[in-house]
Amino acid sequence: MYSEKVMDHFQNPRNVGEIENASGVGTVGNAKCGDIMRIYLDIDEESHVIRDCKFKTFGCGAAVATSSMATELVKGKTIEEAMQVTNKAVMEALDGLPAVKVHCSLLAEEAIHAALWDYAQKHEIRIEGLDQPKSDISEHDEDEEY
Amino acid sequence: MKRVIYLDNAATTKVRPEVVEAMLPFYTENYGNPSSVYDFSAPCKEGMAHTRETIAKALGADSSEIYFTNGGTESDNWALTATAEAYASKGRHIITTQIEHHAILHTGQYLEARGFEVTYLPVDETGLVEIAELKKAIRPDTILISVMFANNEIGTIEPIREIGELAKERGILFHTDAVQAFGHEPINVDEYHIDMLSASAHKLNGPKGVGFLYIRKGLKLRSFIHGGAQERKRRAGTENVPGIVGMGKAVEIALAKMEENKKKETELRDYLIRRIMSEVPYTRLNGHPAKRLSNNANFAFQFIEGESLLIMLDMEGICGSSGSACTSGSLDPSHVLLAIGLPHEIAHGSLRLTLSEETTKEEIDFTVDCIKRIVERLRSMSPLYEDFVKSREKKDIRL
Repeated sequence: MYSEKVMDHFQNPRNVGEIENASGVGTVGNAKCGDIMRIYLDIDEESHVIRDCKFKTFGCGAAVATSSMATELVKGKTIEEAMQVTNKAVMEALDGLPAVKVHCSLLAEEAIHAALWDYAQKHEIRIEGLDQPKSDISEHDEDEEY
Repeated sequence: MKRVIYLDNAATTKVRPEVVEAMLPFYTENYGNPSSVYDFSAPCKEGMAHTRETIAKALGADSSEIYFTNGGTESDNWALTATAEAYASKGRHIITTQIEHHAILHTGQYLEARGFEVTYLPVDETGLVEIAELKKAIRPDTILISVMFANNEIGTIEPIREIGELAKERGILFHTDAVQAFGHEPINVDEYHIDMLSASAHKLNGPKGVGFLYIRKGLKLRSFIHGGAQERKRRAGTENVPGIVGMGKAVEIALAKMEENKKKETELRDYLIRRIMSEVPYTRLNGHPAKRLSNNANFAFQFIEGESLLIMLDMEGICGSSGSACTSGSLDPSHVLLAIGLPHEIAHGSLRLTLSEETTKEEIDFTVDCIKRIVERLRSMSPLYEDFVKSREKKDIRL
């Protein structure tokens, strides 16, 4: 049911883990529907280049594979370039997904955006084309300032 | 071919060689239509009659009360819709449970759309129907109670005798979906006051595409499939003779080996449960600890998702199943796991393993070792587990 690329990224996911003191963290999805993705970004403040990107995912094979591919696609890119990484790009890079799994690629895109949003908030900057993530379920509310 | 460890016997089972052997002549030599008058078709009639008697004997029923169908789903559809139609003048209320197979639940919805009322009884945290709840649900216009003999996901065996007694006392028909139980658990329709019973051959090492509905004599159940006089005019269509003959053989062997297999499977299943529960932390056993099918084990591993687990087990050649949303084709996890009170995120991490008489201890040991490794790996990737560990650390610091 999955392409070879999806199976490869599921079996050998790239960039699994956490980044301590990350520049930005985004968590999207919810346990109710069975997929949660968290993306950590390490961003160079001068050049706005994503130096490192890690993820953790609770979900099906497609959820793991799309997270893995999304981290690969944004690593080494500038924020502006990373904003161009759409769910379609993630899907194409994985040689497609079954129709019922397309939402996983959307979640991967949202997770990247949520992490970038977190970075933008912390640095009080505006990223062109980036809106507040809808499905951010970050549980670090207590660390946030209101 | 790589080694396969088949632990999905609730999905379907291997057809016994003796069953295949019994079926083959009915494809090659005895291919006549059982409805024909000539002598050439006599073996077909005899083969079918033999199966009918075998099943009737197994249930303590009369052979004229056994109607062949194409399987459990058809039998369930027939029992519900035909009862509703035939008894609508008496009442339009049906009682079933929240943990039935979709063959019952979706048929219930179909009837609801046609002016019937259906009560879906809740179950307790082990999956048991509570008799007190059933009593409360009964109304003067209740015409049918349908409760499965044993649940296909969590293996819980329902109090069928008590339900049957209550139904009889109140003059309500009682149907049971015994697809998972027939041939595995002893069933007597008189003792349990069962009026209708659905079963399927492929769950007891018989062929796919054949099953039966037991209908107690005297019930005014109408035909469901129209177009011929087969099955005493109640189920039209040329009979699946090889399948029916195979089902007879499968039932015969299942009955002869029932006690032996139950004992063997229960021992191995309990060993599997003991190992998993003691070696994999944050795990729960779903279903009743004792009142369960002898071959069923169902676990929920916290912080991980079932489909990922299944794919990784598949890479090791292990076949299991899960109640996660991804495997159900919808966004919700299994309705059975939700009905026993599991939160969504835990229901997503479920794994059902169902053994057969051929399952070995060595296979179970290998499977448990794989599960331990895979669960640990998936947890190391899980943001839910990360949050759990961090909150636990915080608590430790506070203490």
